[in-house]
Amino acid sequence: MVVKVYGQIKAANPQRVLLCFLEKGIEFEVIHVDLDQLEQKKPEHLLRQPFGQVPAIEDGDLKLFESRAIVRYYATKYADQGTDLLGKTLEKRAIVDQWVEVENNYLYAVALPLVINVVFKPKFGEPCDVTLIEELKVKFEKVLDVYENRLATNRYLAGDEFTLADLTHMPGMRYIMNETTLGDGLVTSRENVNRWWNEISARPAWKKLMDLAAY
Amino acid sequence: MVLTIYAPLFASSKRAVVTLVEKGVPFETVHVDLMKGEHRKPEYIAIQPFGKIPVLTDGDYKIFESRAIMRYVAEKYRSQGPDLLGKTIEERGQVEQWLDVEATSYHPPLLALTLNIVFAPLMGFPADENVIKESEEKLGEVLDVYEAQLSKNEYLAGDFVSLADLAHLPFTEYLVNEIGKAYLIKDRKHVSAWWDKISSRPAWKEVCEKYALPLSALPL
Repeated sequence: MVVKVYGQIKAANPQRVLLCFLEKGIEFEVIHVDLDQLEQKKPEHLLRQPFGQVPAIEDGDLKLFESRAIVRYYATKYADQGTDLLGKTLEKRAIVDQWVEVENNYLYAVALPLVINVVFKPKFGEPCDVTLIEELKVKFEKVLDVYENRLATNRYLAGDEFTLADLTHMPGMRYIMNETTLGDGLVTSRENVNRWWNEISARPAWKKLMDLAAY
Repeated sequence: MVLTIYAPLFASSKRAVVTLVEKGVPFETVHVDLMKGEHRKPEYIAIQPFGKIPVLTDGDYKIFESRAIMRYVAEKYRSQGPDLLGKTIEERGQVEQWLDVEATSYHPPLLALTLNIVFAPLMGFPADENVIKESEEKLGEVLDVYEAQLSKNEYLAGDFVSLADLAHLPFTEYLVNEIGKAYLIKDRKHVSAWWDKISSRPAWKEVCEKYALPLSALPL
């Protein structure tokens, strides 16, 4: 069955789901929801995602939203197909979970307002909060220092293998690296984070997603 | 080997603590005095590199992030106590969905209210009235969605209590008590009924009694 993904290929949260599907060889169809036209707030989409966000998926009778919940579901359901994104033991899976939580609670929480102020507000001609940007950069640096330490002794965030823990970071990292000039100070200056980003962004599934997104 | 939870008195930790109690898993606790900055000391950073609480240790194994701990405990002790993950992969998908909703949509505005209304006066930093107003509005919008969901299902993920419901307990307890905005819950019929049900579970009552944070004893 082809999974329907409602969202935009260029948007970060849908990309988390699409990347998982590409890594696992799961067939999907993207049904475009025009975020610039606020299509996600319209009644038709609210039936699929009551908070007015993307992505949402339909897989036969199954409907799900929240990109990290979706990737956890598919990584579990198709554990034996494509890249193993979860880890083989409960203990390993829990560490994967831990770093997915870290991405959501520490990194995304800082990176999102940063990208909004540095990329989106200028795009829409809105004034950006310069003081806030500086505060967020400081917070971001502190978080990345922990990552730098972690990746000094681990090839990937959860250990020796590429997992959801790494995958979940990629859409947000792309914004930082490709759409802002923050990448130099934040990422390339950190040897291990830089090595990690170069390695995971060279994966065929990521390259395929970048082709589809056609930036 | 006995499990150990660090900083059980704080709300985020209580997500993990209530899961352990629901599953009937014995555990020990280690107090971490956030007011004295114990979470920033090297011995603590060695087990939680971000200096946040909680952490769970199980012999040499350690795991942080309250919701990751919840999942680990619920899975490891699947065969005892209530099944907090659902019975099928599909039910689990719904649990994960609402657990993530708590993290991404419910928690941020509620945390902002908690910090500005409960902790600002105690810790002596100024409350941001704009943030309070926006957070209250935002939380109301989120709870409207919950009201619709809970009019169709007894609990968030379906007709069974799950991690998704339990994750809401600690900070919602602040909302209906110290924050003084219980109306957000009580004025919504199905949300109110859901809150009454989950907050009167014996496990949650036990957690509130045993691990109460003595707010009045906090330094100014």
